[in-house]
Amino acid sequence: MTSFTPFASLAGGALIGAAAALLWLTLGRIAGISGILAGSIGSDRGWRIAFLVGLIGAPLAWAALAGAPALHVAAGPLTLVAAGLLVGFGTRLGSGCTSGHGVCGLARLSPRSIAATGIFMVTAAATVFLTRHVLGG
Amino acid sequence: MTRILAALAAGALFGAGLVLSGMANPAKVLAFLDVAGDWDPSLAFVMGGAIPVAAIGFALGRRRGAPLCAEGFATPPRGLVDARLIGGAVLFGLGWGLAGFCPGPALAALGFGGWQPWLFVAAMLAGMGLFRLLPEQAR
Repeated sequence: MTSFTPFASLAGGALIGAAAALLWLTLGRIAGISGILAGSIGSDRGWRIAFLVGLIGAPLAWAALAGAPALHVAAGPLTLVAAGLLVGFGTRLGSGCTSGHGVCGLARLSPRSIAATGIFMVTAAATVFLTRHVLGG
Repeated sequence: MTRILAALAAGALFGAGLVLSGMANPAKVLAFLDVAGDWDPSLAFVMGGAIPVAAIGFALGRRRGAPLCAEGFATPPRGLVDARLIGGAVLFGLGWGLAGFCPGPALAALGFGGWQPWLFVAAMLAGMGLFRLLPEQAR
């Protein structure tokens, strides 16, 4: 049970949008995390590794300066492994995740991204409904 | 060097945004996805903050014609909604709903979130590796 945080979430969202705009206007690249991560072992990996260092480093600096942000993981180890495998494989097969399709794709009004975002949102909500209200609880 | 600094700054902005928005916390993501439970609509506000700002960036890009530190924009192909896209989105949605982690928040949580994001990210990399093992025509 988490509390509704409209202002922090809107402001955090604006920062994410600014990051996507910055990467597009400087490097001409989509800020899609799954794609950047998968490409970070290929050729042209310098900027991808730098992006990932910032992505991991900023929250680390935040935690050091202001204390660790709230984080609660209900999933056990087996669920985390299954979820990670599905997310890794699925984002490669579907060419993107919440950032590439959900933020950048929707901002570009890409039909593929609009379809993908609708599908993964509905599938994820259905998964939560099944695990929390049908199977568990 | 400018390219590296720009990417580093974009990544840091992205990571700070994930923490500020609360999306690095899987409990908050699952509370958004749990529409039949104690629903937390915050994630919709994250999208509502991110999409218009990103759209301004893409509109500026169309006006400029080229990015500042690269030859051209790496515009994703405007292809069809095919079985691959649908299947990938379904698998991703399943995994996202199981644990509440998607790639960005899981990476952002590595520095402060204990062992769970590490296990998730290791499995996610394995999933990406499995995809790479598929024969070319199946991808």
